[in-house]
Amino acid sequence: MTDQAAPAPAWHDILRQALKDNDVRLVAYVPDNVLRPLIEGIHADPYFTAFTCAREEEAVGIVTGANMAGMRGVVMMQTSGFATLPNVLASLPVAFQVPVVMVVSERGTMGEFNPGQAIVCRTMRPILDSMGIEHHTMTRLDEAAFMADRTIRQAFATRWPACLIISPLLSGGRK
Amino acid sequence: MTDTTDNLHVMNRAALTIRLVGKLENREAVIGGIGNSNWDLWGAGKERGENFYMLGSMGLAAPIAFGVAIAQPKRRVFALEGDGSLLMQLGCLSTIAAQKPANLTIVIWDNGIYQITGGQGTPAAAARTDMVAIARASGIASAAWAADEAEFDALVTKALTTDGPHVIGVKIDNEPGRNQTDRDPIRFRETFSRAMAQAV
Repeated sequence: MTDQAAPAPAWHDILRQALKDNDVRLVAYVPDNVLRPLIEGIHADPYFTAFTCAREEEAVGIVTGANMAGMRGVVMMQTSGFATLPNVLASLPVAFQVPVVMVVSERGTMGEFNPGQAIVCRTMRPILDSMGIEHHTMTRLDEAAFMADRTIRQAFATRWPACLIISPLLSGGRK
Repeated sequence: MTDTTDNLHVMNRAALTIRLVGKLENREAVIGGIGNSNWDLWGAGKERGENFYMLGSMGLAAPIAFGVAIAQPKRRVFALEGDGSLLMQLGCLSTIAAQKPANLTIVIWDNGIYQITGGQGTPAAAARTDMVAIARASGIASAAWAADEAEFDALVTKALTTDGPHVIGVKIDNEPGRNQTDRDPIRFRETFSRAMAQAV
C-alpha cells in the first residue's frame, strides 16, 4: 500500500468537470491570464469544442445560436470583457430566454493596480442584477463543485443566463 | 464571380430574399439580422420555422448563424446581415475564418446606409470600404460580390453544394423592408429550436 493520495483537484479541474457533467461542450472565449489553466484544460480535453473569439459579444451570439440548435455552450472572459455585454445580453439571451452560461474571472478587486479595471469591476454585478441574471462568486475550493454544478444546472432548467464569477480568493488572481 | 465593386448591379433585398428562400429545400437555417434584413426574411417566408429573427444585438447575425452551424454540421446555415451591422462586428469574420465552418454562408446586404435610423451614410460607404474584400482578407477565401441576379443565384447554389464558409456580397437599393416581424422573441426561439430538432 502506498500512501500517495491523488492531488486535490484545482478550481479549474472542478469547473471543467461541472461543464462536462451538464453536457456543456462548446466553449467560446476571449483569452484571460487567470482563466488560462481552465482554458488549457478544456483545449486538452476532446470532449470540448473550444476557440478564441475576437470579442465577447460574438461569443454570446455563437453560444446562443448553438444552444437553440441543441448544443450547450459557455462564454468565458475577464471582467472588462463582460462590461462590453449589456446590450447583447438584454436583447438576445435574456429576451429570447436562452441559457447562456458565463464564466468571468474577476479583476479589479483585492489588490488591483489599474484604476480603470477597479471601476469596471464595480459595474459587473449591477449589470447582472439589473437583468435578473443569477450570479455566484466562487471564492472557496470546498464550495466550488456544488456552486458550479448547481448554477449551470439551474441555468438550463430555468432557461435563463447565469454567471459564475471566479474570485481572486479562489484563483489567486493576476500574478 | 465578381471580385470588385466596379460593375455591380444594384438589386433589391426583398426580391433577393424571396429568391434565396425559394432555393432552400433541406431545412436550411436562416438567421436574419436586425431591422430590414429580418423584415424581408419575414416577408419571404414567415411560415418557415428554420428562420430566426434577431431583435436587437446589432451585428450578431453571423455569430448566431455560426453557432447554429457548429451545433449542426449537416445543416446549411445562412446569415443575412446588413453592411452597417457587419461593420460593428468585423472581428467575427476572423473568428469564423479560423474555425472554417463548411456549412455557413454570410450574405451581406450592402446599401451603404443605416436605413432604419433615417438613411445616414455609413463610414464604410464614405471611405468606399469593400466589405467582401474585408471578408477575403479576414481569411474567408470563398467571398464574392454578386454582380446581378443570375450571379446571386449561382453563388447561392455554390453555397448549397460546396464547402464554405462562403460570403456573398450584394449591392442593394434603399427600399425599406416591406414587412415587419412580430416582436415575440420567446415564440421565435421556440419555433426555431423546434425546427432545428428536425433532422436535415
